[in-house]
Amino acid sequence: MKEKEIQLGLYRKVYLTRRAEDLIRAHYLEDGMKTPMHMSTGGEAISSGICEALQAEDQVLGTYRSHALYLSRTGESDLFFAEMYGKATGMAKGKGGSMHLTAADEGLICTSAIVASNIPVALGAAFANKMAGKESVVAVFFGDGAIDEGVFWESLNAACLMGLRVLFVCEDNGYAVHIPAHKRHGYQSITTIVSGFECDVWQSDSTDAWQIYLLAQQARAAAIQNNRPGFLHLKYYRYLEHVGVFEDFKAGYRSRTEFEPWLERDPVKIQRENLLRWLTEEAVLLLEKQIDQQIETSLQRAMEAPFADHSELLMDLYA
Amino acid sequence: MSRMITYRDALVEAVTHEMRRDSSVFVYGIDVADHKRIFDSNKGLLEEFGPNRCFNTPLSEDAMTGFGLGAALNGLRPIHIHMRVDFMILAMNQLVNMISSFRYGSGGRFKVPFVVRAIIGRGWGQSFQHNKSLHSWVAHIPGLKVIMPTSPKDALGMTMAAIRDDNPVISIEHRWLYDALGAVSHTAETQPLTGAEVIHPGNDITILATSWMNIEAKQAAEVLGRRGVTVEVVDARSISPFDETVLVESVNKTGYCIVADNDWVHCGFGAEVAARISHTCFGRLKAPVERLGFAPTPCPCTRPLENAFYTGATEIIRTIESMLKLSPTDLSGEHFFSYEKKFKGPF
Ligand SMILES: Cc1ncc(C[n+]2csc(CCOP(=O)(O)OP(=O)(O)O)c2C)c(N)n1
Repeated sequence: MKEKEIQLGLYRKVYLTRRAEDLIRAHYLEDGMKTPMHMSTGGEAISSGICEALQAEDQVLGTYRSHALYLSRTGESDLFFAEMYGKATGMAKGKGGSMHLTAADEGLICTSAIVASNIPVALGAAFANKMAGKESVVAVFFGDGAIDEGVFWESLNAACLMGLRVLFVCEDNGYAVHIPAHKRHGYQSITTIVSGFECDVWQSDSTDAWQIYLLAQQARAAAIQNNRPGFLHLKYYRYLEHVGVFEDFKAGYRSRTEFEPWLERDPVKIQRENLLRWLTEEAVLLLEKQIDQQIETSLQRAMEAPFADHSELLMDLYA
Repeated sequence: MSRMITYRDALVEAVTHEMRRDSSVFVYGIDVADHKRIFDSNKGLLEEFGPNRCFNTPLSEDAMTGFGLGAALNGLRPIHIHMRVDFMILAMNQLVNMISSFRYGSGGRFKVPFVVRAIIGRGWGQSFQHNKSLHSWVAHIPGLKVIMPTSPKDALGMTMAAIRDDNPVISIEHRWLYDALGAVSHTAETQPLTGAEVIHPGNDITILATSWMNIEAKQAAEVLGRRGVTVEVVDARSISPFDETVLVESVNKTGYCIVADNDWVHCGFGAEVAARISHTCFGRLKAPVERLGFAPTPCPCTRPLENAFYTGATEIIRTIESMLKLSPTDLSGEHFFSYEKKFKGPF
């Protein structure tokens, strides 16, 4: 693919995510979206860069903080907003909500609200793909809190042992809820430790979606070529509170000063600049307008859509 | 002399009181010592007792439960907190394979004074990974005690008693109860860890309820009371051991029993209660014991389905009407509790 198309694809993802979440923030207090919001704002470069590098046959798994992953992977917003509003037209007919987005047809296997519970699932998925002779990877996203859990280490070990093409994507915002990493980790550097495992280790603190894309592309190629997992340690800053749509610098556990340097290299701003090397300002504005219209339309449709009938409660329990 | 306090403040008072009394008591878990202090149920502990007795842990429920066991064996009295019961599932191996059988397996040489507090979530799209109760899971295991304090009095007194108990006690608290106001005695007093309690007297039918379902049952009793139907509501309080004395007395009087459990029905606590009542009150029962609980599905996010998932005062009233062969009560003017319309007491 030509670089221009990739830059365009990246900006679409980054901008779609940011604007969709802006829209959530604008409407959340109306109480139509009765679901706990864990916002991706600030982390857009990671999901967009990785999803841009992944291929259609690849699969992904995420956490309760997966708006960016969902929107980057699917590009659609109708099912997304309908699920936020709990409507019958949502991808889970409203049964999942913000913390449980899925897109089976686009290879988004699940997003889970039990920390680290998605990680071992990626191994089995990669194993099945390997048995089927597929040339694909499974990327599992999780936070720096998830690496506290035993199942992360068990999964890392097993994936390395079994030579599975899993990309472990650690989206490290430095906090688990309000607790900073240095108060949870008995070691300095996760990448140093993971380097002792038989996998390829990658790291970046870039908020430039293009840089993340380049890294993810290498990581994907290495996983396929070396028949082993990759571990990507990617830093970002969570702009908003752990759960909810507001800033939380007044809470006292982190400061605005810590945030400011990150804001200066805001992922949306950077990717816009990247794209302006390929498109004119007018063309970018037009693209933005299209995306704004897309999400406004999705929001309207979601608001107007019906709730599922009560009989839906008992559906889809067993196959 | 009594005073009114919230369930939340009762929890704070219980733990503060015990930590002052006994320096071996400590509180720990994920986010226990951040500024939110587990919905403020640990207010002031860090300030008063310092970071060795109130601390955050890594996100490692399994290991931190085993840690609690080790600490308890060596003389401390840990209180481990899970913000949701669903996260306690990660601790099941230690709870069920290690802690429950520890004393037994040591020929009675060890004791395990270990309190686990776990909170039931509900509403605002908590969905299927943040809403479980699971008291029947843990109550199934001999060696674990399981309590579900409903009133501020029990939040205070049972929590204190749990901390003083030399056995593992799992206390399951419903998040919706935290703002409820209730009377407690002037000085902090322990309450027994087992034994049900009549919280609304009546003669026509008995409801045995757990946790939040007591609030629903009481409201049902009040609504039907206006029609002259008197409903006796019995708070189970403790799931394991479960002492049925008070319940049996009530059912012998009324001849009817409904179990309103804050859980799924199938293989749940209600089945245990129904079995005991059929066994003990067989000749007195005028109808089979009825059981009410969650719909047999995972909890959906969206409000209309979530409402259909949970059982509440309305379903209790309808069940009573059908058991007592009453015409349906007009409920159009009633306001039932919801996520927005929180129960604030008094009890
Ligand atoms: C097993 C488990 N324990 C605790 C929680 C409560 N909890 C939800 S999110 C979270 C912090 C996770 O932090 P991190 O993995 O860094 O992800 P982030 O929220 O920063 O994206 C915690 C403790 C949970 N959901 N699951």
